[in-house]
Amino acid sequence: MKLWATIQKDIRILFRDKTGLLLMFAMPVLLVLVVTGIQNNSFDVTHKSTLSIIVWNKDTGSISREFVDALDSTGLFHLSFYRNINEEKLRNDILKKNMAGSIIINNGFSQQILATSKQTAGRALQSFGLESDTTGTAFSTNKNHLKFYYNPALQQSLKASVEGSVLSALQIIQSQEVLKQLYFAINEAPLPDSLKKQLLKSDIGLEAIPLTSNGQATNLNATQHNVPSWTIFAMFFIVMSLGASIVREKLSGAFIRLRTLPTNYYISLLSKQITYLTVTFIQAVLIFTIGALVFPLIGLPALQLPGDIGGLILVTLACGWCAVSYALCVGVFAKTQEQASAFGAVSIIILSLIGGLMVPDFIMPQGFKSLSSLSPLHWCLQAYYGLFLQNGKLGNVAMYILFIIIIAVVLQLIVLLQLKRKRFI
Amino acid sequence: MIPPAIQITNLCFNYSDQQNLFTGLNLTVEAGDRFGLFGPNGAGKTSLMSLMTGLLPFHEGSIHLLGNSVERNDKNAKKLFGFVPQDFSFYEELTPKENLEFFGAWSGLGKREIEQRSNELFNILALEPVKNKAVKKFSGGMKRKVNLAIGVIHNPRLLFLDEPTVGVDIETRQEIIAYLKRLNESGTTLIYTSHQLSEAEELCNKIALISNGKIIAFDTLNNLLQEHGKQDLEDLFVHLTGKAYE
Repeated sequence: MKLWATIQKDIRILFRDKTGLLLMFAMPVLLVLVVTGIQNNSFDVTHKSTLSIIVWNKDTGSISREFVDALDSTGLFHLSFYRNINEEKLRNDILKKNMAGSIIINNGFSQQILATSKQTAGRALQSFGLESDTTGTAFSTNKNHLKFYYNPALQQSLKASVEGSVLSALQIIQSQEVLKQLYFAINEAPLPDSLKKQLLKSDIGLEAIPLTSNGQATNLNATQHNVPSWTIFAMFFIVMSLGASIVREKLSGAFIRLRTLPTNYYISLLSKQITYLTVTFIQAVLIFTIGALVFPLIGLPALQLPGDIGGLILVTLACGWCAVSYALCVGVFAKTQEQASAFGAVSIIILSLIGGLMVPDFIMPQGFKSLSSLSPLHWCLQAYYGLFLQNGKLGNVAMYILFIIIIAVVLQLIVLLQLKRKRFI
Repeated sequence: MIPPAIQITNLCFNYSDQQNLFTGLNLTVEAGDRFGLFGPNGAGKTSLMSLMTGLLPFHEGSIHLLGNSVERNDKNAKKLFGFVPQDFSFYEELTPKENLEFFGAWSGLGKREIEQRSNELFNILALEPVKNKAVKKFSGGMKRKVNLAIGVIHNPRLLFLDEPTVGVDIETRQEIIAYLKRLNESGTTLIYTSHQLSEAEELCNKIALISNGKIIAFDTLNNLLQEHGKQDLEDLFVHLTGKAYE
């Protein structure tokens, strides 16, 4: 009776706080929509050829044209070709049109490749004990025949991809030229096109396979990555509402009266836990539903729910309870609503950063990687990823659920100790 | 034999920044009394009220409410009394009905008892027309009535009242005082502090004056006035404490 009356009271107060409701439900939905929309684009950038690159070929030789073709065939770039401009205008265009960068092929590029190839081929023939006139060609080495101007906003990983692709195209062209020289030295005839293609073609392909628990392929996209992350973020963000609610009650006259009544104050905290656990569950259901049903309508990939719905419910409840326990902890220790809201918000952002919600933990520096296991959000994310990305079942994520529950229990004990210390229970 | 409503024996208490507020304080209030506790600011009225209601833990001595020892979180003692703090002690987002439902449950009442008691109190305190409106929209006087209703929802045998009429109009004050007298006639002991000395004269049959943590006078109002040759409580207060009542 006491618990039910308290839950009714908490639900009534919660539903009369329109701003709080907006913070708890509308804000996370908006956040998931915006972040997934933006990251969906960036996810595509790393998987499809949408990096816009300007090519300014000042070289007149045929090798530079072959180099550009090789660059185009990597499939990573959308190439635009500029002629007769200056470097300043080029720089401005990159920044103003928000392009990834520009590759400038300076005059003498083809000659340089040709000379280097002849030297390499000559040395190779000499090492076989054959004579050649190709070694005699001397050419000054100039490393400035290729320049890559890049937009400073380009992420390091994308810049590394561009550099890798450019060097790979360069390697192809150089190998091709060496082969031509060798063939000509031996056969005194140009390398036939068919042979050129055959020699440079690799029959070994690279198949990229995402790791899954059951071996079945899963559809990886920004939605599958972002929806679980931001659902966890939203759940833990209830610290703003629940933490402040506990402080508000502590500071109100009602709290003094509660302490004079023959009921333990922990009933009030238990009620808040049940109420807000329900809130986190509704948040998750709402965000997953929007991910599955609304995302496709606005051009985003649909969220594919895991096969093990029972596992999903358990993980969601464990994450929700952990989030609620964290909010209780903040609320019990905070002395003002401002403290609860400010500390709550900042701490959740930090915990989500080190927990891998915003940057995957496998690319973090070692120090931060070790820290990530201290963030409850990290274990929540691992549990959700186990279900959403790896097609796992409850058994595959049971260890993560256990960690989440251990963290929640520790937080609950801290809450109880603080209540005892303050003589509230 | 009915035990005293309040029996305080050798009570010792101090705050960390205020040494020896109470050193061996003794006080007995008989059941059925309308007892008024008065003193200058900082004399220890609110502290004593907090000790009697279990909000503060005491270091030495004992406090018994109707024979039940007050120890921290002692449910038996807590069931006996009601508390009407000076600050509004309810949820402003809720209606009077919802507040009474919640605090009634926390006072240990069942659903039917809460409903019955709530209806009685809404009628007595003229809250019936507004029982389903959020309290935050109420005037100060209406809020005082809700504050009082919550304190008496469980028909307590002992009622602590800290400035129960502060900030209300004369009409509402008279309504509240009349109700408190009726409550006392039905057997509830009242423990009352206020800055309204005229109201205290009207309500209280026993008076204690407290100064620097000590009870400096304790008797019926008439006996005290006679003994010190004073006309009213305010004169008596100035005479005994040497301070004007604020």
